[in-house]
Amino acid sequence: MTLPPLSLRARIIALTAATAVLATVAVGYTVAAADGDGRSPESVAAPGLTLDSAPGLYHAARKGNVRSAPYSSSGTGAADGARSRNTGLSCDRFYASGRSAVCIASHPGISQKTKVNVLDRELNTRKTVVVGGIPNRARVSPSGRMVAWTLFVSGDSYASSSFSTRSGILDTRTGYLVKNVETLQLYLEGRRYHAPDVNYWGITFADDDNRFYATVATKGKTYLVEGDITTWKARTLRRNVECPSLSPDGTRIAFKKRVREGAKNPWRLHVLDLGTMRETPVAETRSVDDQAAWLDDSTLAYALPGRAKGTSDIWTVPVDASAAGPRLLLSDASSPSMVVAGG
Amino acid sequence: MYLAVGRTRPSDGTAPDRTPSAVRPGGRRRLTGTVVALGTVSLVTDISSEMVTAVLPLYLVLGLGLSPLQFGFLDGLYNGVTAFVRLAGGHAADRWQRHKLVAGSGYALSAVCKLGLLLAGGSTPALSAALAADRVGKGVRTAPRDALISLSCDERDLGRAFGVHRAMDTTGAMLGPLVAFAVLWATVDAYDAVFVVSFCFGLLGVLILFAFVPGREAGPARPPGRAAATLRETLRLFRVPAFRRILLAATALGLVGVGDGFLYLVLQKRLALDVEYFPLLPLGSAAVYLLLAVPLGRAADRIGRRIPYLLGHVALLGVYVALFSPVAGWPLTILVLVLHGTFYAATDGVLMALGGPVVPSDRRAGGMALLQTGQSLGRLFASVGFGAVWTLWGMDNALVLAAAALGAVLVLACVLLPAAPTPAAPAPVTAPEPS
Repeated sequence: MTLPPLSLRARIIALTAATAVLATVAVGYTVAAADGDGRSPESVAAPGLTLDSAPGLYHAARKGNVRSAPYSSSGTGAADGARSRNTGLSCDRFYASGRSAVCIASHPGISQKTKVNVLDRELNTRKTVVVGGIPNRARVSPSGRMVAWTLFVSGDSYASSSFSTRSGILDTRTGYLVKNVETLQLYLEGRRYHAPDVNYWGITFADDDNRFYATVATKGKTYLVEGDITTWKARTLRRNVECPSLSPDGTRIAFKKRVREGAKNPWRLHVLDLGTMRETPVAETRSVDDQAAWLDDSTLAYALPGRAKGTSDIWTVPVDASAAGPRLLLSDASSPSMVVAGG
Repeated sequence: MYLAVGRTRPSDGTAPDRTPSAVRPGGRRRLTGTVVALGTVSLVTDISSEMVTAVLPLYLVLGLGLSPLQFGFLDGLYNGVTAFVRLAGGHAADRWQRHKLVAGSGYALSAVCKLGLLLAGGSTPALSAALAADRVGKGVRTAPRDALISLSCDERDLGRAFGVHRAMDTTGAMLGPLVAFAVLWATVDAYDAVFVVSFCFGLLGVLILFAFVPGREAGPARPPGRAAATLRETLRLFRVPAFRRILLAATALGLVGVGDGFLYLVLQKRLALDVEYFPLLPLGSAAVYLLLAVPLGRAADRIGRRIPYLLGHVALLGVYVALFSPVAGWPLTILVLVLHGTFYAATDGVLMALGGPVVPSDRRAGGMALLQTGQSLGRLFASVGFGAVWTLWGMDNALVLAAAALGAVLVLACVLLPAAPTPAAPAPVTAPEPS
């Protein structure tokens, strides 16, 4: 492997040439990537588009471009991607409900800033919360008053390269903002609990704009918690529940349950009946890493990795496991949320 | 009887860029070209690796839709693998006297891994494999590279040589994220472009190494009659009293040196710092490290290396104390970052300058690997232990315990570390007679 002894000059010339080649490759690839794969071609919003005028399935399409697709819930339910309309928004995570929406967009940099934009029914930004971390989950309460988000943060733990989550809540009516819900008084299996490793993610709101459900993790275990914003308390209800999502009628929670240790296909979507506390798996057998969204009281939508690298598709499955299996709703899309006409 | 340094220092004058100890009019000896070349290799390689480190979380979560929580648990495993590989790399370099080849393979492996990340797509096992191979590359190259530095220059200049190398290395580490985010910004989140640019930097590092770092023909000649380093021979280094003491001190100090992540976390809790500013803290430490590495290395050459090494740990103790003091806000941040950067500048390269000369030159890479592994395994246990103490007894108690333990071990290290090797009289080291 040792090069034959070359003169210093020859080595300098060779290295200069090699540097030029490498620089050309690096710059050329970067320029090509900037040209070919650049900003979303349609960043202009469809005129007059509001949550009222364009009810349907909101989703983040290619490059985070948020669109609203007509959705018919009759029969098995189908979304018309071809007739979807552009909101002009670009978001890593998006969720709309009632009279507001939330768009989380990351701004990569030395300090990892992420903007949580809270939007009104005209989809104009009413408030922006700047937080650190990488977008993970976004939710709006059924009325649209409460907004919640979860981000991945690193360096928040003992081992420098490990990750934890950080969740925040904003009350759009009062402007009350909690950037980190870890201040909640937590009751773990009935007892007041303190630990530095407590971590919350995947908040979902009830229709009273006060009660909420979320996942809390501590000592390697996850729990479903029921929280109360007024009293700022939370109590665990059940083990092994992640990313809960409350049904529109408020009686059931869809969640991902860890069924396998390790990183290979760890989760399965389940539905928990809050009245009986009985859980049932849905007909989706693939591992779903998403906070499912209810399209109506009997249908869940969620994202699964798509065929091309880095893409995802939105699938639906009936909550009744005895009904039909999962169906592809929209390809190349994520962050599903249902905005009901007149809702 | 075997004289480690000075005599075995490579002394061929064929390559004009690496004439050792050319005296300049000011009386300061010039650093050899090898040190500068290795510094440049590290600078370019660190740009490459820190580019990937900076964007990897974003790439995993937003680019691929994976959960980064899946990758965290592998960290402990990686650290174990790295320790083993580092020892193997150091030993292989000694055994075949091919420091440049072994170090170069490590650099090349890490460079190729950047393309591996690109090709792995969304497959978790493939991504994990690429990341693991990258760590292996890093582990393999460290000890032979440091051995090359220590063998390429006069023993009296070792502190400065390692200071220059570490300063260049840190410069690369600070530039990497800037380059990565510039690429991301220019391409609107094309992570593949970041990996390709990172690969180009990595490959450039390998090329600089092969073009400007002297290889085998200029390497340390094994004294006649000495067998190639076997594993047993390398382990026999433990019998060298000076080496044993330095290794013990470095490991013990590693065991009480709470991890960086832990310190930044305490700082963040004390300042109620927003998470978005969290990544700026290591940059602050690195900037101080970068500025002080050369001056402290020079000081180490002049006053003896154990003094800055011990004082550096006093600076670390100062960090713990500062975190308890009533100082708050920006003054606290600046105080902690300056002390923490000083700790690194006074200990990281200086340990190699301290330990290098007591190891025979044909066991140098293995000896350095032992030192580095002792220190890093110590730190690994420390971060696990302090994490547990924090969880059980809370942050403040963990910090008190850390400070007390560090104080005690510092006293022990003062006793352990040999005062003998001074720049004026390079101490000849007695290696055990081959049996």
